[in-house]
Amino acid sequence: MVKELDKVDVVTIGAGWTGGIVAAETSKEGLKVKSLERGGYRDTNDYQHVHDELKYAQRYELMQDTSIETLTFRNSRDERALPVRRLGSFLPGSGRGGAGTHWNGQTDRYMAYDFEIKSMTEERYGKEKLAEDSGLRYRDWGITFDEMEKYYDKFEKTAGVSGEENPLGEKRSSPYPNPPMIKTKTLKMFEKAAQELDLHPIMMPSSNMSQSYENPDGETLNPCQYCAFCERFACEYDAKATPDVTVLKTAEKTGNYEIRYHSNVTEIVTDENDDKKVTGVKFIDTETREEFFQPADVVVLTSFLFNNYKLLRVSDIGEQYNPETEKGTLGSNYCYQTGLGATGFFDEQFNTFMGAGALGMIADDYNGDNFDHEDLDFIHGGSIHFVQTGSRPILTNTTRKDTPAWGEEFKKESINNFTRTLEVYTMAHTGPHRDHYLDLDETYKDAFGNPQVMLTYNWTEQDNARNKYLTEKCAEIVEQMGAKHIDVDNDDLGNYDIVPYQSTNISGGTPMGTDPENSVVNTWLQHWDRDNLFVAGSSTFVHNSGNNPTGTVGAIAYRCAEGVIKYHKDNQRLED
Amino acid sequence: MAKEKQFSRRDFLKTTGAATGGIIGGSLLGGLVGFNLQDLDSEETVTKDEAGSSEASGDSEASGTTIPEAGRIFFANDEDFNTIEAAMERIFPEDDIGPGAKALGAAYFLDAQLAGSYGRNSREYMQGPFYEGTDTQGYQSNLNRASYFKLGIRKLQEEANDRHETAFSQLEAGQQDDILKDFEADKVDFNVPKSTATSAYFFQLLREATLDGVYSDPIYRGNRDMAGWKMKQFPGHQHSYLDVIESDEFQDIDPLPNFG
Repeated sequence: MVKELDKVDVVTIGAGWTGGIVAAETSKEGLKVKSLERGGYRDTNDYQHVHDELKYAQRYELMQDTSIETLTFRNSRDERALPVRRLGSFLPGSGRGGAGTHWNGQTDRYMAYDFEIKSMTEERYGKEKLAEDSGLRYRDWGITFDEMEKYYDKFEKTAGVSGEENPLGEKRSSPYPNPPMIKTKTLKMFEKAAQELDLHPIMMPSSNMSQSYENPDGETLNPCQYCAFCERFACEYDAKATPDVTVLKTAEKTGNYEIRYHSNVTEIVTDENDDKKVTGVKFIDTETREEFFQPADVVVLTSFLFNNYKLLRVSDIGEQYNPETEKGTLGSNYCYQTGLGATGFFDEQFNTFMGAGALGMIADDYNGDNFDHEDLDFIHGGSIHFVQTGSRPILTNTTRKDTPAWGEEFKKESINNFTRTLEVYTMAHTGPHRDHYLDLDETYKDAFGNPQVMLTYNWTEQDNARNKYLTEKCAEIVEQMGAKHIDVDNDDLGNYDIVPYQSTNISGGTPMGTDPENSVVNTWLQHWDRDNLFVAGSSTFVHNSGNNPTGTVGAIAYRCAEGVIKYHKDNQRLED
Repeated sequence: MAKEKQFSRRDFLKTTGAATGGIIGGSLLGGLVGFNLQDLDSEETVTKDEAGSSEASGDSEASGTTIPEAGRIFFANDEDFNTIEAAMERIFPEDDIGPGAKALGAAYFLDAQLAGSYGRNSREYMQGPFYEGTDTQGYQSNLNRASYFKLGIRKLQEEANDRHETAFSQLEAGQQDDILKDFEADKVDFNVPKSTATSAYFFQLLREATLDGVYSDPIYRGNRDMAGWKMKQFPGHQHSYLDVIESDEFQDIDPLPNFG
């Protein structure tokens, strides 16, 4: 028996950054809001002993439990997809705050070029540059950077971003709310080397606090202690902006908001009498196994990328993308990033074990279209990063490429190198491709009997060329920094491997746009086929840029919230 | 010898704003209760000789209330344990830098891990059907790690017997290495379908478990005396580096465990 609950104005599926932002903004407007979160409650009191590399970084304490739900994966359509039994390449979160609890806090903006990549590339280089013959499917997002700027600004103020003006960045409406973090010795080495090579390094925009900060909603964040346990961990100091300590608290203070935990949504229900509307969502209480129906005026899908896709698909909302015919949109535009670089080996010891998730410098000289691609066989690029997130001993065992992976030589070198290697790497764009998409798996099921999501993905020739170009730029910087030996990740990328961690920066599956023929939601994040259904998150990206995506995720969520409020007032489609 | 002072309670309160009327989160207040204010001198006195203390102290404490350092949960068979302990020592051998996996208790770490969630793959997708995957699809075995290790250990023992008529743990280091190299290169036939187990994947598990065991927090029974961290000059669980993050000098800091 499905129990029906009291109706709310807005229900969000998930209580991470996107759900939290939508909840904060709509509850402040007086709407009654509920978030259904599949994971449990957790707060700063749960992180008093979080400096445990094995538990959090190796055993994924804060991450999605794949025994309940995972995905299947294959490189190409002619392969059999098999389940991701253990997380690897990316790490979706679960519980209050979602992946926003264990992120590093690197908070970039995307470039004007990203939002208009097709028009701007065509205008500068001609249509052939878009390489449609190779299967790439570039298009504009339907929204411009200038339209997005105020949402970026709002997110940066909520998250208390510490940063400085980027000479290669787009125009800002106001400065970062906090000054940059501390520039350490190794950051200065990178800065000097990059400047000597005529690049424009800046301190990385960081949601780790450079000082005490009260955000516009009145939430307080404390100064970062540079303790080096950020990525894959939660912050015990409230010094990293997370949904838990910002937007979720803001929403809760209004008295109009409730999070229901252990509530796994299994279906978005379409109105029997009006197929342009949804009536609410079905969910399972994972503690009691009871089934509920939560009616709502507006449903906002704010879970991680895979679940945003999956809930639409299992609810039969929208048309599945088919790579043969290229018809349908749901599941299309799945993109990732490459994150390789060059490692420099030094004699000198550095304090590599100190740091913070977003303590670093970046240079955008080889990002977007900031450099000439006329003679290059790829478009876009990537930001060059030098970060001091803090090395930890289990995961950091750097050796030269030709050193054995175990035994005496390995031990000697990996121990010696722990404090004597520095890496410069890129975070690089990948473009949407005809053959890269999400579908449902026909064989493997999740713990609730629903099909697992199936991912088909591989690197392209452009990704290879871009990676080679960028990693060699990284090597130039490392050389300039004075390394005595350099290993460069400029080999062929081979097939995309789901096992080693690369980054949790995945995108697409429910892309935005101005045309229902090639997008799932409009640029207000409103679903084309259901007026009162919105989708927010990196799933709505049209491609993945060469910067960290969380800033854009936050900006999109603020725009979505504005759309939800407008819709709730006028009950109109928002693109009109 | 560490020269740097530890982060003090006063610095902590100052930087978080607590001393100047700022608001601090609930965890911080709670965290201060257990805040480690020991000075470095008292730490020095409890530091044991790095290697070799485990067996002896384990035996002498076996009848007391202290958990014996040589006690086991998972491995009931001594030869199984000796085999994996010897194999781990070859992955991370004792040398002039410091102790190897054996003295660091990595095998005891693995013993506890295999008896729990890690060994049972309890937070991982273990539903069938099971197929051999491509190189990029990851772990696809129907075996959980507890079973995988048992199978792998049996194969190490069989190889040692076949090649030298000697127990694996009794072989010369070079002989052990030759067997392990063949495991790593997937040259040892496990006589089961590849979808069930391969020697190369077992080797990968062995290598990962060894590094986990020598470098994880000592509460997990490896990294004894934090000697793994000391070799690497990793300071373990420090509350803050705020007072030294700007320093141009390398900071040699005595490690702290997560608890205690």
